Amino acid sequence: MGFREYRVGSILFGVALSTSMMITLYMPSLDISGVSSTATALEKQLTYGKINAFDYGDLFLHGTDKPIKVILKKNPATGAVMDEVAAYVFKPGTSFPSGLKHDNILGDDVQALSVSLGKMNKATEAKGGVFLVSTKVTNGVETPYIEFATATRGWGVDATLKAASETILAGSGKTMFIREGCWWCHTLLPEETHDWQSFGRPPMLGDFNGESPTTFGSDRKAPDLLHVGSRNSSKEWMMLHFFNPRLVQPHSIMPRYDYLWGGKDAKGNVIDLNKWDVEFNAYRDGERVYPPEVPDYADDSEIRYLIDFVLNLK
Amino acid sequence: MIKYMLAKEKDIPGGTAALFFSFSAIMWFIIGTGLGSFNAAKLAFPDWFTHSYALQFGHMRQVHVMAVIFGWITGAFAASAMYVVPALGNTKLWSEKLGVWNCMMWNVGMAVGLSSLWFGMTSGREYSDFIWPIDLYIAFVMVTPLFVNIFMSIVTRRTQGIYTTNWFFAASFFMLIIVFLIGNIPEFFHLTGLNEAYMTWWFAHNVLGLLITPVAAAITYYIVPKVTGNPLYSHRVGHLHFWSIVVFYSTPAAHHLMSSPLPEWLKSFASVEGVLILVPAVAYVCNILLTMQGRWSMFVENIEIKYTITGVLLAIPLNMQGGFQQTRAINWYVHGTGWIVAHAHLALLGFSTFAEAAAVYYGIQTLTRRKLYSLSLANFHFWMLLIGFSLYWVSMTIAGLIQGAGKIYEVPYMDVVIAEHPYMIVRWLGGTLVFIGNWVWLYNMYMTVKAGEKLSVGVQPQDVAYAR
Repeated sequence: MGFREYRVGSILFGVALSTSMMITLYMPSLDISGVSSTATALEKQLTYGKINAFDYGDLFLHGTDKPIKVILKKNPATGAVMDEVAAYVFKPGTSFPSGLKHDNILGDDVQALSVSLGKMNKATEAKGGVFLVSTKVTNGVETPYIEFATATRGWGVDATLKAASETILAGSGKTMFIREGCWWCHTLLPEETHDWQSFGRPPMLGDFNGESPTTFGSDRKAPDLLHVGSRNSSKEWMMLHFFNPRLVQPHSIMPRYDYLWGGKDAKGNVIDLNKWDVEFNAYRDGERVYPPEVPDYADDSEIRYLIDFVLNLK
Repeated sequence: MIKYMLAKEKDIPGGTAALFFSFSAIMWFIIGTGLGSFNAAKLAFPDWFTHSYALQFGHMRQVHVMAVIFGWITGAFAASAMYVVPALGNTKLWSEKLGVWNCMMWNVGMAVGLSSLWFGMTSGREYSDFIWPIDLYIAFVMVTPLFVNIFMSIVTRRTQGIYTTNWFFAASFFMLIIVFLIGNIPEFFHLTGLNEAYMTWWFAHNVLGLLITPVAAAITYYIVPKVTGNPLYSHRVGHLHFWSIVVFYSTPAAHHLMSSPLPEWLKSFASVEGVLILVPAVAYVCNILLTMQGRWSMFVENIEIKYTITGVLLAIPLNMQGGFQQTRAINWYVHGTGWIVAHAHLALLGFSTFAEAAAVYYGIQTLTRRKLYSLSLANFHFWMLLIGFSLYWVSMTIAGLIQGAGKIYEVPYMDVVIAEHPYMIVRWLGGTLVFIGNWVWLYNMYMTVKAGEKLSVGVQPQDVAYAR
């Protein structure tokens, strides 16, 4: 190299780059990792399970290996009627979210409560189990924690699934949301400075612990969806909108997701998309009074996952 | 190509790797802009090509982004570095064979990466959409050999000093490896939550700030003095540019997430550092434009200078936007709107693409020692690129301002979509012009290599640009 300046320059370059990374990576990571989970973060972890993007177990993002969210109106153990509660069922073998596996995800208080009151550390992936998000109030401060209901209340996986009044496959749905690129247009981040009226409360610092990927989205070409389930809770509307957004919103530029129906409707009949198109075009051109019927989706179709995910965004 | 991959180092003519990289980059540019045009058409006419998993917007958007960033832009960087570095060092490329292999593995990597992305294998993180095995492949099989080759060519140079361009080449390819390895930690080690979200943007910001902008600038530092014959206006200002890039440009990642719940100190810090990006930006633009003193006629007459200086002039609005749009005062209005999309295209399709196109035009002529096949086609390509880009940029900026207004006045979202529709059509037209122009470019470059007039010894392409 020859010149002393080049040696000095290389050292300075290293110092500058390391300092930059120290400030922009190490320091923020300390700050962010020290944040305690909110109840939202716990619900998200238990709903979405392990990461929702590329993984060995799910190479092409079909939404496998995910927990099942259920709404319970009666106690699975006793059968007694109780207040509505959301439970998260991990069938044996279902991967746990990072918060259940690592001690440093949930935040100190939440972690401690989840272990002491929630018996979280008794859960194993091999046996699975049922989880709840519970809250403890100390001196007027609410601290959420994860409760392993199989240990604390004796709720088994099968009994809970049987007692469920509603089954929500939002974990698989989030995988669909990522794979289908919904987040290229729909953000999941109402902005702090405005958006409160249109799209609801912006997320808080602790809302993301354990979630991956977070898919905030950056290029909003469509409404924010973080609280969409609170604005519109109609499964019927979602079904029409996903099949062909122009059915319910003539000016929408959203793509059709009719291929997520998977070729067969709920009764197992083959869906003829081309025939549907001809009829829809006739309707659009004023030659038919009503648009063609949108086929009901099958219970294990990808569109079901996606609709469950969207409606679960409260 | 296969022939040279198996040949002995001494049997490979100098410049082979750079030529291969040039043509691969142009092909990826055609693929990338073709996808871009198709995507834009889908936004303007959503019922175009329906029922198909593969042709859905959400599966294609990231393929477009990755094809242009890592196929075209980074590929063109590799092409430029592989002939500029030896030229500046008065030497040969350290290993021409490594360069040819690098090009082959580059194209294989891009083909595999883009297809996997297209068929739904994604990490769900913007700009680092590739799944982590592909990320590792890019870092170790694509970028590391490139860095080693360039760095060793600089080390084995036969000149005394190292010219400005080469500082940037050496530093940027090195930093790209670091950025890939650090920025993808969330995927390697399953980092979650806000750490993951923040590091996604740390990666994205640094790919733009430590690779694309500085290397594009490095190219212009070479082309402008070389073609005009003027010496660089100031090496000292070049120093200022280089060091302020390293210090300021590597820090403002959090300004991409100004409205997210990141720690406030981080957002404020990023915002201030973001304004300081103007230091390298102003230093750079002044340096290049002052180098043009007395040679401004070449801006009209010479095709390489026309491209380069257009790129540099586009860097002015680029940096003014970039420096200020990320401050809280402006970001709340434009965040997440088409304005940002326009800004991203100003950086990639405006500034850096014009600089790289110049380098590829110049490189192919000097490496093959042939005159450009058709100056008219080159001018046609220039205007297709410039008009296409301008249509895109203006329409998306206006669309972004409409969205911003709709956002703060809480207009029902549907009305914003309706208002944006004409601009979506213009965006598609602009992108399509660029796409068509690129086919012409490929033809022109192919014919230059095959049938361009031979340059006699001691003559540079710019000397005979108008000789008939």
